[in-house]
Amino acid sequence: MLTILFDGVAYGMLLFVLACGLSVTLGLMNLINLAHGAFAMAGGYVTVVLVNRMGVPFLAALPLAFLVMAALGALLERTLYVHVYAKSHLDQVLFTIGLVFMSVAAVDYVMGSSQQFVKIPQMLQGQVDLFGTGVGKYRLLIIVVCGLLTVALQLALTKTRFGSRLRAAVDDQRVARGLGINVNAVFAVTFAFGSGLAGLGGALGAEILGLDPIFPLKYMIYFLIVVTVGGTSSITGPFLASILLGIGDVAGKYYAPKLGAFAIYTIMIVVLIWRPQGLFARPTTR
Amino acid sequence: MEIAFWLIAAATIYFLPGRHLILTEIAILALFALSLDLILGYAGIISLGHAAFFGFGGYAAGLLAKHALVTEPVLALVLSGLAAAALGFVTSFLVLRGSDLTRLMVTLGVALVLREIANRYSELTGGADGLQGITMAPLLGIFRFDLFGHTAYIYSLIVLFVLFVIARRVVHSPFGLSLRSIKGNPLRAAAIGIPVDRRLITIYTVAAFYAGVAGALLTQTTAFASLDVFSFDRSADLLLVLIIGGTGYLYGGLVGAVAFKLMQDWLAHLTPQYWQFWLGLVLVAIVLIGRERMGRWVSPLRILGERLSERIARLFGAASGTEGR
Repeated sequence: MLTILFDGVAYGMLLFVLACGLSVTLGLMNLINLAHGAFAMAGGYVTVVLVNRMGVPFLAALPLAFLVMAALGALLERTLYVHVYAKSHLDQVLFTIGLVFMSVAAVDYVMGSSQQFVKIPQMLQGQVDLFGTGVGKYRLLIIVVCGLLTVALQLALTKTRFGSRLRAAVDDQRVARGLGINVNAVFAVTFAFGSGLAGLGGALGAEILGLDPIFPLKYMIYFLIVVTVGGTSSITGPFLASILLGIGDVAGKYYAPKLGAFAIYTIMIVVLIWRPQGLFARPTTR
Repeated sequence: MEIAFWLIAAATIYFLPGRHLILTEIAILALFALSLDLILGYAGIISLGHAAFFGFGGYAAGLLAKHALVTEPVLALVLSGLAAAALGFVTSFLVLRGSDLTRLMVTLGVALVLREIANRYSELTGGADGLQGITMAPLLGIFRFDLFGHTAYIYSLIVLFVLFVIARRVVHSPFGLSLRSIKGNPLRAAAIGIPVDRRLITIYTVAAFYAGVAGALLTQTTAFASLDVFSFDRSADLLLVLIIGGTGYLYGGLVGAVAFKLMQDWLAHLTPQYWQFWLGLVLVAIVLIGRERMGRWVSPLRILGERLSERIARLFGAASGTEGR
């Protein structure tokens, strides 16, 4: 029972790191980015190449994955994404689906279609005894890393100057512009950071979620659930939503394997009908 | 121009007998795209899960035929379409709520739930192996489905034509015009007395019927239905089809289906494994170039085509005139 809870929390934390960049881009620029999972996948593959082929230690590869994906995110944002902000949602959906298709085929071409595994160091394998239940060391690492990240993000968002600018821009873009906040620059930085987080999540999650070329399609729905259920106006909403989703999914697979992902989808639809703005969102006037 | 299009389509029955299998696929895809055009091009509803109705119709047709409940294909086709329409009616209430993103999620969610159901109830649907052992009775009790797909193609083409004519009537009726006004501005449409919700429910149900018929056609012509009919790729490809052809004038789906299938065939020929990359590139390019601008490129072509057909008509007129003398 406790083990399931633990695994669920680890899974949920991972989902949060993967999806929080998406929630910010959606809230800030009203951009529907279905290609977010592609960044996560790329981060995972960067780690695979670094660790398995170039012999970089696993823990050193994680920040590298973050940096590489942040750089790639910044590049794509400046060259491609800037052109679609002003377009309709339909255009954004088409554009990002196109990116997903391209990334799937490109990864298939470069790395092959089989599932890839990251070599986890000996130190992180096996279980430790914690409060009388055996927990996987690797999952413990995920919880620690993601927990620290969440706290850091929350502090950055509430305490720093950049955080206030970002929140102002999310709340009302026009007024924020009027106050002299460079919303475009804020967004570029946030997009790069979100992509980096996705890359880090992909690197961490390669072991648990499995890494293959169809990763962006397989997990797209999960990211979207986190974002739509959690709302886009804060990071606590997506955080709670991803923890709930993680525990629900793990428990569902354990207790009612016949039901499968069915329960998750149904819950999502019910939530969307009940509260279209998300479970934890503040009511907006817009 | 419109007549010429259908004449060419009819001519393929005689002139391209070796290509009837892919032509059948094109006709089915065209019908499916037509269905999406009804809600996207006319009512402005973005759907990422239109495959839900396609798949539902497909499985309905497969089950009807397999268990010999309704053996006559045309009747089974209509019934499958009605089943999908019922599903569309029920889910339309979910789609009505919320913004574009919520609609995307709900439509996608419905398709995923159906896929899961089809996967779980494997004793009924065959699960991941697909619905096998379907034998199709002859059409109207007369025409047998042959191995080369001749009957299947003519059948699909006739169904497409009939449903197209109906759709044309629908969108040019006052009902269709009211849909356009809803797409333009739902608030104002409501202010001038259009029952917005009721109109959207109606067109969503009609579109579901069309998609269901398209799915049923696929099952009937291939005598097989698999989980693939519900897949996300199918919904995404469908959007691409409609974008290539253009939304909001009905022929977009047909033109897009022809272009998409030929392109897919060609790309798959060049790079069997990686053709999806080029499809993705086309999508990205279309959005970056801008759909309106593409429309501007296409319209001179369309005018050119109209002039050409006029001239040909005049030529033929002149020729028959000289013969008369």
